[in-house]
Amino acid sequence: MTDVTPDPKDRHDRLFRTALLIRLVEERIIDLYPSDCIQSPVHLSIGQEAVAVGVCEPLQRNDLLFGTYRGHAYYLARGGDLNAMFAELFGKIGGVSKGKAGSMHLAAPAVGMMGSSAVVASAIPHAVGAALAARVRNTNQVIVTAFGDGATEEGVYHESLNFAALHGLPVLFVCENNGLAVHASLAERQAYRMIDQARLYGIPAETLTDGWDFLAIADATDALVREIRRDGRPRYLEVATYRSREHVGPAEDFGAGYRRRIGLEDWQDRDPLIQDTDRIARLTPEITAEIDRAEAFARASPWPEHEDLLSDVV
Amino acid sequence: MRRLSFAEAVREAMVQEMERDPTVFVFGIGVPSHAKIFGTTAGLEEQFGAERCFDTPISEESMTGFALGAALRGLRPVHVHIRVDFLLLAMNQLVNMISCYNYTTGGRTPIPLVIRAIIGRGWGQGAQHSKSLISYFTHVPGLKVVAPTTPVDAKGLMIAAIRSEDPVIFLEHRWLHWAVDAVPEDAAASPIGTARVLRRGRDLTVVAVSWMVVEAMHAADILARHGIELEVIDPRTLAPLDVDTLAASVSRTRTCIVADCDWVFSGFSAELAASITERCFGQLTKPVRRLGWAHTPCPTVRALENVFYPNAETIVHVVEDMLGCGPFDLAGVDFYNHENRFKGPF
Repeated sequence: MTDVTPDPKDRHDRLFRTALLIRLVEERIIDLYPSDCIQSPVHLSIGQEAVAVGVCEPLQRNDLLFGTYRGHAYYLARGGDLNAMFAELFGKIGGVSKGKAGSMHLAAPAVGMMGSSAVVASAIPHAVGAALAARVRNTNQVIVTAFGDGATEEGVYHESLNFAALHGLPVLFVCENNGLAVHASLAERQAYRMIDQARLYGIPAETLTDGWDFLAIADATDALVREIRRDGRPRYLEVATYRSREHVGPAEDFGAGYRRRIGLEDWQDRDPLIQDTDRIARLTPEITAEIDRAEAFARASPWPEHEDLLSDVV
Repeated sequence: MRRLSFAEAVREAMVQEMERDPTVFVFGIGVPSHAKIFGTTAGLEEQFGAERCFDTPISEESMTGFALGAALRGLRPVHVHIRVDFLLLAMNQLVNMISCYNYTTGGRTPIPLVIRAIIGRGWGQGAQHSKSLISYFTHVPGLKVVAPTTPVDAKGLMIAAIRSEDPVIFLEHRWLHWAVDAVPEDAAASPIGTARVLRRGRDLTVVAVSWMVVEAMHAADILARHGIELEVIDPRTLAPLDVDTLAASVSRTRTCIVADCDWVFSGFSAELAASITERCFGQLTKPVRRLGWAHTPCPTVRALENVFYPNAETIVHVVEDMLGCGPFDLAGVDFYNHENRFKGPF
């Protein structure tokens, strides 16, 4: 079966559906947030869904991905359980981490979503270490680390690229370049071009400019993943994308003065999750029902007991 | 039984675990180089190859995160820092990542990771090469911290650390590497989380950490000649701390000195003193006394180093004060033979 090329329309539908699921989940969170049933910070992926969807599609089930605090999209794109995600956001015992970790630390190791770090760039070396384990154990896995443009300013990022290149480890570095780190633009922060930096370490690197195009991202990732599986060495993919909401929280913040609204409209004009109205109309009802069920699961799930306070420490 | 140095005991523990378990590997800056981390990594690269014993770039944070990533995927890394001072560059990984990874993944993630760090006094190591930072590590939930002081425990606790499913910080004072004692040949783990009573005595309990165990035992020998019996306890594991053993001793002796191998203010000695006092307040005849380093960056010059660090002489004088005995004649006692022995440049 795996040798059969999937029907292009089916593939498009499948990727679109996952992207739309992420969008609608994030919008549900926005709707729920004022009611204070999610009592912790959320960093929404709206605008960046296609990167997660495109990057995860070519991965095999035992490939691993390390994400960030803006991680809802990767969790869902890897097939993380929606009920457990909502319960985690609600702080309930049915959550992926018993409600004790929350939005910023979503993890689903069973489907290769290894964890999300809330400190910028900090998960990048974890991918490099997991890649060593993959090589030692001869598993032919590809290890993906997804991070933002701000992460490339951290020393640990450069240390990790150097080590992965030096030892030829099977890591795909994915830079989601949304041009913002919290409230500062790329031009305010970087004296280098990320793609040039990656190449400086001898890592083959490429840039995609259409960050809304999950098919193009999936194709590019697929080619890179195949190369990594062939030679076991790292690759680098930068995707230009767009963060439509504030850094943290459910709102837009175009009035804050650090970014211009016009960027949003440019993006929305090309965003298939807005423009492809036929697919949206066809897929929305069943996805909405799925989210309804997840929300209901979260509401029904009990709070952690007091004895859960000290569990899972050492 | 054959005798080994502390350094040889650490090495033998790693070798035996590497022979037993192919997922164990040892790495860090300088690990395979000629100096061999005070001899503790001698022969590892030759026996197990560069895949399982290797040097790294000067990238402490990334290499610590790398160790976590490898541990997440079933390997058992032993990451070595030749100075604990350098581990500060990796505190983000230790405190934000390693300590809470299992917690934030719902308790489904064993982290079989050992971080070895050399602590304490050397030979004019000064302000940035001689720290201990014990409370930095013990303060953080999710880390186990051990600081063996005898060759037997060096071997046993290294084996236990490598076999642990939780991250373990393994602190070794560089002068302890010389200590020689009988060490069993078989690979037996010492339990993590239990203290060891090194010397029984009725008059006063000294709870000594890392190198200060050597000084406390020296003080106990001196005082025994004057009829004073010290009980010396080595906690061995600093987190989790075996308060029961400490409290049982202090309940009997009713007098306690805590001798730490670190700065006093906000240091691990404060935790020891508080934990003992909480349990033994009604039995104590005097407040628990703390000994540790002077509250200043470590001086390089020997004349000030010898004032900066407490030693057996300091302990003797505090015992005199607390028990109202002495002053004892200390003429002819050599309190500085270790300082004179260690020549560096390491």
